[in-house]
Amino acid sequence: MKELIKQVVECYGPAGNEKAIRELITSLVSPFVDEIRTDSLGNLIALKRGGEKKVMFAAHMDEIGVIVTHVDKHGFLRFYPVGGIAPLTMLGNRIVFADGTTGVVGCEKLEAQKDLTLNKMFIDIGASTKEEAEAKVRIGDLGAVSREFVDLGQRLVSKAMDARIACAILIEALKTVTNPAADIYAVFTTQEELGLRGARVAAYSVSPDVGIALDVTRTGDTPTSITMDVSLGKGPAVKIRDSSVLCTPAVRRFMEQVAKDNNIPYQLEVLETGGTDAGAIQLTQGGIPAGVMSIPCRYIHTASEMVDYADVLHGVKLVKALMETRYTG
Amino acid sequence: MLLKRLSEAFGPSGYEGEVRDLLTQELETCVSNWRRDALGNLIAVKTGTRGPKVMLAAHMDECGLMISFIDKSGLLRFRKVGGLDDRILVSKHVVIGSKRVAGVIGAKAIHLQKPAERNQVISLNDLYIDIGAKSKEEAEKMVKLGDYAVFATEFGYLSDTAVKGKSFDDRAGCAVLAEVLREDYAFTLYGAFTVQEEIGLRGAGVAAYALEPDFAVVLEGTTCNDVPGSEEHGYSTTMGGGPAITVMDASVVSDRRLVGELERLARENNIPVQYKRSITGGSDAGRINQTKGGIPVVVVSVPCRYIHSPVSMLSLRDFDHTIQLIKLFLRSVEGGFML
Repeated sequence: MKELIKQVVECYGPAGNEKAIRELITSLVSPFVDEIRTDSLGNLIALKRGGEKKVMFAAHMDEIGVIVTHVDKHGFLRFYPVGGIAPLTMLGNRIVFADGTTGVVGCEKLEAQKDLTLNKMFIDIGASTKEEAEAKVRIGDLGAVSREFVDLGQRLVSKAMDARIACAILIEALKTVTNPAADIYAVFTTQEELGLRGARVAAYSVSPDVGIALDVTRTGDTPTSITMDVSLGKGPAVKIRDSSVLCTPAVRRFMEQVAKDNNIPYQLEVLETGGTDAGAIQLTQGGIPAGVMSIPCRYIHTASEMVDYADVLHGVKLVKALMETRYTG
Repeated sequence: MLLKRLSEAFGPSGYEGEVRDLLTQELETCVSNWRRDALGNLIAVKTGTRGPKVMLAAHMDECGLMISFIDKSGLLRFRKVGGLDDRILVSKHVVIGSKRVAGVIGAKAIHLQKPAERNQVISLNDLYIDIGAKSKEEAEKMVKLGDYAVFATEFGYLSDTAVKGKSFDDRAGCAVLAEVLREDYAFTLYGAFTVQEEIGLRGAGVAAYALEPDFAVVLEGTTCNDVPGSEEHGYSTTMGGGPAITVMDASVVSDRRLVGELERLARENNIPVQYKRSITGGSDAGRINQTKGGIPVVVVSVPCRYIHSPVSMLSLRDFDHTIQLIKLFLRSVEGGFML
């Protein structure tokens, strides 16, 4: 499973240009599903047949990134964030573009460190002139953080664990599920980081009876961290609420029951800020019951997001069990 | 000139009737089938025989003010409708209601201000519209609560190619759309003149829901910031640089295939184009894109300086190039371009 995780988290795919990650996931899940298609927003929608009801699992395949807004005469690129990026986390990062062009993030001279803002930063791709830079990168091109996967044993670190770890879990569950209790729509969504945009239209066209988003969540287990009762290593989290959603109680109870019945450790999650695809799914059409399974993750939206491997494996078990259990509402 | 008449029409968000009437009359001979929906969107339906269903959208509404209180002395208090900057309100001429009652936004003269006051932006709560009435009763004969006001700005030429006027955001887009609708196409084309964009993209979503186009092009008058005080890398668009294609804004990621086709057509026909280089601000495209199972969309804008103020400015060259580019795009759709 670690090999799969490495492959999925390292792939390029900022919100708005999910082509490469979509192609990778297509190749990984195609052998295990009955139908697969891409919709007009780039969502990858895979169907594994199993029953008359429709259950949608959504994991977003986009990651945070940058968009190039200007190329100056010395070849430096100015950029705007794609998704929630703190300036603090950007210095020294390497940025990679779709064709593999790589640059480093630099910054104008600052009077004080607190003056650091994204519009004072630029990407240096090693070009000396505007022409040289524009031969590789153009305005509107999307870049993502480049950082390799590291296996610390029990803990795994990479960029884009948010939410590629959820994609990896969904892929693994599709591989191992033997007896699905419903038609399983596994949707690898786009543009989550820009406002849950892919999931909204995918939920409309799939029109499921229930939707379960898979994502990461914050933790409260690091020095002077936020107060939050979620920790690495205590199992996947069953979400109660975040800024985008109050999970449908029946779906939450269903998820808890399935975890208990299968002896899978889990934690309950109350997230103060942040949203998930479930927020968009729940408000689609006349309303769709929705829940979320989250993998606890430290240092979210940085180049080094950390998860616990046991949480991941338990996450696969829980998703597989959810696929194999009939949801009765 | 249609752009002049559209610019001078009275049409704040929620009160777009005058713009709607103007467009209906103007296009009477080229559009036989109009739809008007519950929110007030005006949709020109040009039914074709083959090819995809294409939606073009431009919003009719503009930023304005709404009368919220009439005080004893006959002065009118107001609230903003849409994203106007408090700093640009004082001392402006406005007209209220479709009868166009004239007023000025008053404030204390400089002689009467305390030194500290001179360094402050006058709060909306301290501003009022003066229509020359001496009492509440007199004022109420001319205006009533809930009436809208817009800036009283006349259209005009600053040079052969630069024009100034009110609300080029998005009357420039409306004018481009109207010009495009004068021609006939083989596929089904919906020309949607939308309402309430400035107060949250409200019209476009319901129009797209009803029309279900295969893809859409949103026509805008967008920000242009090529002026002193902004760094070159902070320019949004450049006036005279040609139509601006949006790759991404706060509400949408444009479909790359649509962006690519517009670029190709511009290149092959020697039409200058530019990318919109700021990502802030939303557009009707956001709502259209998120409708039903998802609708691919792209935004093409006429660069306009000083939008969301009493007077905006554009280059007629950019304006004409935008019309030319959109027509070429529609001919390309006719010729088989599909997503």
